[in-house]
Amino acid sequence: MEWINAIVQGVLLGGLYALFAAGLSLIFGVMRLVNIAHGDFIVLAAFLALSITTALGVNPMLTLVLVVPLMAVIGYFLQRGILNQTLGDDILPPLLVTFGLSIIIQNGLLEIYSADPQKMNAGAIETASIALPGDLNVGVLPLLMFAVSVAVIAGLQWIFYQSALGRAFRAVSDKQDIAQLMGLNKAHVFGLAMALSLAVVGIAGVFLGIRTSFDPSIGPGRLIFGFEAVIIGGLGNLWGTLIGGIILGVSQNIGAQINPGWQLLAGHIAFLIVLAVKPRGLFPRID
Amino acid sequence: MPDTLLATNRLDAHYGDFQALFGVDIEVHKGEVIAIIGANGAGKTTLMRSITGLLNNKPDMVTFRNTPIGALRADQVAKTGIAMVPEGRQLFQSLSVEENLIIGGQMGRNGPWELEKVFQLFPVLKERRAVQATALSGGQQQMVAIGRALMSNPELILFDEISLGLAPIIIKSIYEVLPGIIGEGMSAVIVEQDIAKALSVAGRVYCMQEGRISLEGRSDELTREQISAAYFGV
Repeated sequence: MEWINAIVQGVLLGGLYALFAAGLSLIFGVMRLVNIAHGDFIVLAAFLALSITTALGVNPMLTLVLVVPLMAVIGYFLQRGILNQTLGDDILPPLLVTFGLSIIIQNGLLEIYSADPQKMNAGAIETASIALPGDLNVGVLPLLMFAVSVAVIAGLQWIFYQSALGRAFRAVSDKQDIAQLMGLNKAHVFGLAMALSLAVVGIAGVFLGIRTSFDPSIGPGRLIFGFEAVIIGGLGNLWGTLIGGIILGVSQNIGAQINPGWQLLAGHIAFLIVLAVKPRGLFPRID
Repeated sequence: MPDTLLATNRLDAHYGDFQALFGVDIEVHKGEVIAIIGANGAGKTTLMRSITGLLNNKPDMVTFRNTPIGALRADQVAKTGIAMVPEGRQLFQSLSVEENLIIGGQMGRNGPWELEKVFQLFPVLKERRAVQATALSGGQQQMVAIGRALMSNPELILFDEISLGLAPIIIKSIYEVLPGIIGEGMSAVIVEQDIAKALSVAGRVYCMQEGRISLEGRSDELTREQISAAYFGV
């Protein structure tokens, strides 16, 4: 029973990892940009939520209403102001610049919030649980977060494949010059992609800050989880990313069940196995 | 004095240190079809890139409806009413046939061309509307590329090497629909290596050689000898 419990909790944790990964996957798909600061933006969103919940005295879940649009605006101007200038045939400049951003965000947060671990309290919902058949208890909050993650993935999938914005994303991703001939300003389209990516990061950050304690240094670790979920699932496939996140979450929880020290290691081992057996991920986009 | 729609004025174009165009002057009048012919490397594609804004120049070097557009970005130029059917079709491979057409029309320029009218022109595209665009045959892809350009209801349409890599029978059928399209009051620039095809639809011809205009004139007045001389530089 402990094992089944570990797997169920792992699946729910996987939803959060998929949220870490979805924004990363989106901007890589649209503009071939690897955002090294992605994890630090997640932590930044968590601290934004912390400040808002402290200042206004509202439930941290409600901060989503402010954090998500705020992160989207940051994303748009970050892209237009800095990242667009780094894009080109060479993939190194965006890596270096986002690496620099990562350091700036970490140290900025350290300066403002100190290195003390923080946690947000979502109230009674945190301890509420639903009893499932077979002595299994599932927390309401993790379940809710998982449901939101699935909804976010479904929403991104819809935007990408059904909406005019998604059509623009795919066209610019395919052929930047020709997309310009269709009247699409790629600088603006890239800005919108980054805004969408950081909006998802906003949700991920708030959830992270409610689920676990966080401090300014944990961003790079979240980036790794995001990367691993994307690679396991296969590049460019959002549902694959969700499954990648779940595989990562389940592996970590099974590892922890064997020995608490093995939690992270088990996740990395699962990632390595997938990479060795299917280097393009389990569900690569068919081109 | 005919009504000038597009003009290049002493247009120079560079790729880094390399100069690809030297003082090129061309003019397209309202409702007119011109052809630009020349060998590989003569600068035809560079000229197209300069007009569409994919290559930026001094503002006055390209004017459209007497407005300088030489320094505008390609998406801004597109919105003024210039569309291009690019060399090699260049369809969006992640988009279906229908999506490729819709994205051509998403600028919101008003005019007669919309999805149904493109499907009337090329009925085969309607049957295959949901198929990934690059899964079509070369000729059908060229139809999508032409339809995509028409969807923006341009005043001027540029055809860059539309017969390149296509079977003669397909080329023939594409040239058969061209007069109908241009008959809608659109002006057109046709870039071709196939001189006979270009002369058959264009009223005037410019011949390019090594980044310069080596000959210009009415297609019915130029002799083969004049064209060969301008084309090959012999």
